[in-house]
Amino acid sequence: MSTHHVTVTVNGTAREADVEPRLLLVHLLRDTFGLTGTHTGCDTSNCGACTVNVNGRSAKACTMLAVQADGAEVRTIEGMELGGKLHPLQQAFWDNHGLQCGFCTPGMIMQSAYLLEQNPDPTDDEVREGIAGNLCRCTGYVNIIKAVQQAAAELRSAETEGAGAASA
Amino acid sequence: MIPGQFDYVRPGNLEEALRILKDREGEAKILSGGYSLIPLLKLRLAQPTVLVDIQAVGGLDGIIRTDDDWRIGARATHRAILDHEGLGTEHPVVHDAAGGIGDQQVRNWGTIGGSVAHADPSSDWPAVLLALRGSVALRSIDGERVVPARGFFVDTFQTGIEMTEVLTEVRIPHARPGTGSAYVKLERRAGDFATVGVAAVLTLGADGTIAGAGVGLTAVNDTPFAATDAEAALIGRAPDNDTFAIAAGAAASQAKPVTDAHGPADYKLAMVREITARALRQAAARAHGPEERGR
Amino acid sequence: MTLDAQAPTTTPEVAGMGHSMKRKEDPRFIRGQGEYIEDVVLPNMVWMDIVRTPYAHARIKSIDASEALAMPGVLAVITGKDLEAAGLHWMPTLAGDKQMVLPVDEVMYQSQEVAGVIAETRYQAADAVAAVYVDYEPLPVVVDPFKALEPDAPVLRPDRGPDKQHNRIWHWESGDRAATDAALAASDRVVPIDVYIPRIHVASIETCGCIADYDPVNAHLDFHVTSQAPHVYRTVISLVSGIPESSIRVKTHDIGGGFGGKVPVYPGYVISIVASLTLGRPVKWIEDRSENLQADSFARDYHIHAEMGLTDDGAITGLRVKTLADHGYTDAAADPSKYPAGLFNVITGSYDMPQAFVEVDAAYTNKPPGGVAYRCSFRVTEAVHTIERLVDEGARAVAMDPAAFRMKNFIRKDQFPYKTPTGWEYDSGDYHTALQKALDMIGYDELRKEQAEKRARGELMGIGISSFTEIVGAGPSHEFDIIGLKMFDSAEIRVHPTGSAIVRLGVQSQGQGHETTFAQIVAEELGIPASKVKVEEGDTDTAPYGLGTYASRSTPTAGAATAIAARKIREKTRHLAAHLLECSPDDLEWTPGQWNVKGSPDRFKTIAELAFAAYTDHPAGMEAGLEATDYYDPPNLTFPFGSYICVVDIDKGTGQVKVRRFVAIDDCGNIINPMIVDGQIHGGLTMGLAPALYEEISYDEQGNNLAGTFMDYLLPTAMETPAWETGKTITPSPHHPFGAKGVGESATVGAPPAIANAVVDALAHLGVTNVDIPITPQKVWRILHEKGVA
Repeated sequence: MSTHHVTVTVNGTAREADVEPRLLLVHLLRDTFGLTGTHTGCDTSNCGACTVNVNGRSAKACTMLAVQADGAEVRTIEGMELGGKLHPLQQAFWDNHGLQCGFCTPGMIMQSAYLLEQNPDPTDDEVREGIAGNLCRCTGYVNIIKAVQQAAAELRSAETEGAGAASA
Repeated sequence: MIPGQFDYVRPGNLEEALRILKDREGEAKILSGGYSLIPLLKLRLAQPTVLVDIQAVGGLDGIIRTDDDWRIGARATHRAILDHEGLGTEHPVVHDAAGGIGDQQVRNWGTIGGSVAHADPSSDWPAVLLALRGSVALRSIDGERVVPARGFFVDTFQTGIEMTEVLTEVRIPHARPGTGSAYVKLERRAGDFATVGVAAVLTLGADGTIAGAGVGLTAVNDTPFAATDAEAALIGRAPDNDTFAIAAGAAASQAKPVTDAHGPADYKLAMVREITARALRQAAARAHGPEERGR
Repeated sequence: MTLDAQAPTTTPEVAGMGHSMKRKEDPRFIRGQGEYIEDVVLPNMVWMDIVRTPYAHARIKSIDASEALAMPGVLAVITGKDLEAAGLHWMPTLAGDKQMVLPVDEVMYQSQEVAGVIAETRYQAADAVAAVYVDYEPLPVVVDPFKALEPDAPVLRPDRGPDKQHNRIWHWESGDRAATDAALAASDRVVPIDVYIPRIHVASIETCGCIADYDPVNAHLDFHVTSQAPHVYRTVISLVSGIPESSIRVKTHDIGGGFGGKVPVYPGYVISIVASLTLGRPVKWIEDRSENLQADSFARDYHIHAEMGLTDDGAITGLRVKTLADHGYTDAAADPSKYPAGLFNVITGSYDMPQAFVEVDAAYTNKPPGGVAYRCSFRVTEAVHTIERLVDEGARAVAMDPAAFRMKNFIRKDQFPYKTPTGWEYDSGDYHTALQKALDMIGYDELRKEQAEKRARGELMGIGISSFTEIVGAGPSHEFDIIGLKMFDSAEIRVHPTGSAIVRLGVQSQGQGHETTFAQIVAEELGIPASKVKVEEGDTDTAPYGLGTYASRSTPTAGAATAIAARKIREKTRHLAAHLLECSPDDLEWTPGQWNVKGSPDRFKTIAELAFAAYTDHPAGMEAGLEATDYYDPPNLTFPFGSYICVVDIDKGTGQVKVRRFVAIDDCGNIINPMIVDGQIHGGLTMGLAPALYEEISYDEQGNNLAGTFMDYLLPTAMETPAWETGKTITPSPHHPFGAKGVGESATVGAPPAIANAVVDALAHLGVTNVDIPITPQKVWRILHEKGVA
């Protein structure tokens, strides 16, 4: 069985590998590229621990093949901190005790980031609906929702400041 | 959780994809979003020899309104359908169903074509298409045929599609004036497959009685099916709770649920009645008078 | 939600007790830089996967691995016969029973390990597993523990010897049977209940896994593993393998949730070790979720019959309990050895009663082994569920409001320490205050009015109370051991010259925040800022011996050890200060972070100065350095408690139960970090909601697991989980060094009966007296259908 050459832009950097067609995207990221922040927690696409962003949409990396991602842009948890500055979601999860064991956290943050890109001012119920595909066993979700709302507020005000600056 | 081995091709156009299906008949499987197929590959319940990834085939993901119908490309994601205001306003049943499939990640990648071709006996789209009396466009290297949804879902995970065909489009006729629709899904937990799913489409005539009805059920038979007895029982009656109860009973008489992790068969049968009545009630509430057309 | 705690005595910079200090471990987790077992890669590493049986009970006729061995990258296939040659095919369980590592003749549960396949890559190992062909001869399956105890049942464990040719594992009793029988016989009324608490699974988001790395040159085994009890693992591995403990290092990394599921020593671990010994290379094994749900240690599976004696005016006169415990094919529960039914005899709960008698029988069945993995505090979930359900039924029997009934029967604050009829001495409690706070917070009287109005309209609404007493911190050495290891725990503290410190512990966090909370304990005792206290766990080469983290024991045991060790250090600094200040040690008094000369506010030495002095200016006759170790033997367990109130609305058409509100008032004594405690409560409540409404591992007659993946084993998402409302009362433990009790499992213990009581309360007017959890829509529908309501 032949391997395929794939080029995937991960967190802004083009990465290449020769892979079996059956290699799951999550294993490409973790084992081939050494980005172990994305985790697996199930084998039926339920838990969401493997959530990343592919071409602008959140995706479960365990339910995608590496070959499907050939030519795609992928963002993982490792790409959230930019220039030494934590993404507001990362900071908010820390501030609000939105994690305990930390295993679901990368996927939870990636999905929350997507959710806020789609809906910058969600209600608590909309946050719940947005993370319904991400299971957490430790936190009971209460502080996760608080964290997402804190980040949402900060992103909205940064957006307003940016707009203000642009129009000045 | 590790799939077995297979080959992979990503054709650049439909012709190429169809050629591969023909040349490797029986060995090839179409890969659309992958959210039905890849879980099966990981459990090694499906063992195709070659996956044909159609992500690069253009023209398959549009949602287009023609004078006669809506044409939804097979590769349109559940999310894209959910977000489409025109389609969702005219056919609320479509919007309801799209929003209840899986979770946001699943909706971002799962496609209507993949879902319909896969025909899980508990999946949502088939019930919707049956209720709407929709159809599917199937292409092979030899040409295209359009098959009504009614008759397409043949058996458990089996449709009328040939191994050399690709489902390219789902087509939904426009709503007649005075039509309302709804999809109600009973599930054990968010993101679940349906325990019972009912798609209801009601058209009210000028005198306020039911002039047209479409009822599609999922998860309660070998395959999703149109509850034709329920539909017949609705025609000519007033859209009230007595009517809905009668229709719900007729739907239950055509259901054959089995006891499984979603619940015992007698419970499911009772839920067919309950959920069918709720779906009909909601469809009726959304139906406008005959002088208003769904936008 | 409030973050009540006792008032801090240190500044936020020092962050001793009572401060909601942000967690020190989070910076790596929020960046995806945690190091979990699956992330660990060692040079020359290979992968293991496991062949598992589809049959719940079968004879193995043959295993053909020839095709697998010929596949690319496959290095070895290990079967029971291979292990038998080394005497390793059976190993002890933590309950003193034994279990198979790999079967030679018979498999005993669906998904049992049958062979280990080792290959260069994970994908190759998976392919090879599919190419191992096992010929089975199915045998009769026993899944009903009652049937297992019938005289003609197949003997599942013939290995137990000729005098034990039956499926009864043990019988255990607590309390005075005769006195309890007499008390109940003399009571005005006796209220019975039958409760089945089904098997559930902890299902932490990270599954179990290990890397066994045997170095043949140095004859040394490094065992990297998801373990809640690393030292116990090292001792067990040594006993099983013969390798001396000095040549074994068990190392945990970050653990993605434990909840008891990472306490047992699983066959996969031992097979990996054998594989590494055989190949001389690191062998990595990470289980799939399906394997995790279908083969790892479960929880609950108790069939309980209980009776409560009452006077006509609602005073409890006694409690009699008879239980059948389904342990699967071997007792692999991690219970203390004198307590095969765990702490189940705490079942008298929060109530003052003169007599109680509890008996438990355990049976073998063709199911995976275990018993206490899922945040249960050693069977306290089962006990509290039963007593809280029974209290509600008792209240109804005498037409009393369930809150009033509890208030009448609660142990009063002035009765502590309180000796229960089953022999526990509760250290402290104030149940009346906690319940009143919960009633006020939820607006109980208004809710009862609303319920009456709704009931008149035929709408189903219920209010359920659970006033639990927990029992944690195992435990005193005269009573508590696991396979003979006494259940002390330990802390070793070393303060560096420039004033920061390191703490090494015998416990093991799996998300509880020990890197933060234990630093806060040191900060409290010594005044060293918590940010400058490094906390280490999980490396058996360096950490002092401990029994690990489960059953909410870390703060009561290792937390106490940390405080005591810190106080030993503090006492040494007193003498250092006396030396530096040229006074008598008796002239000094401690305020946070410094020793002060009494009456001379300008004469003091800070902990930083004293740390430096310990290395640069210690008096003659005193050892240099500043460190201490303590192995803490707790004088008693601690008894956290709480009152929870739940409001549910039931959809009459579908039977679905919706939790409208849930108030949780908890008391865990003095609180180290209020934010972390609240996080434990939120998570515990969700893990209580789960078995109350959604989760169950059930088997059909052939022993097929009916919930073996996350498709059917339903963990609550954010959509199902209500917005928990929490509050606290603070009733310190009189015997704990800083008055703390454990808290990790209070909410999993207290929540399910609150929800079950609410549902029964919603249906009681129809004559319903019990609904077993999980309270699925179909269960409710069936009741409504039979009562003619649906």
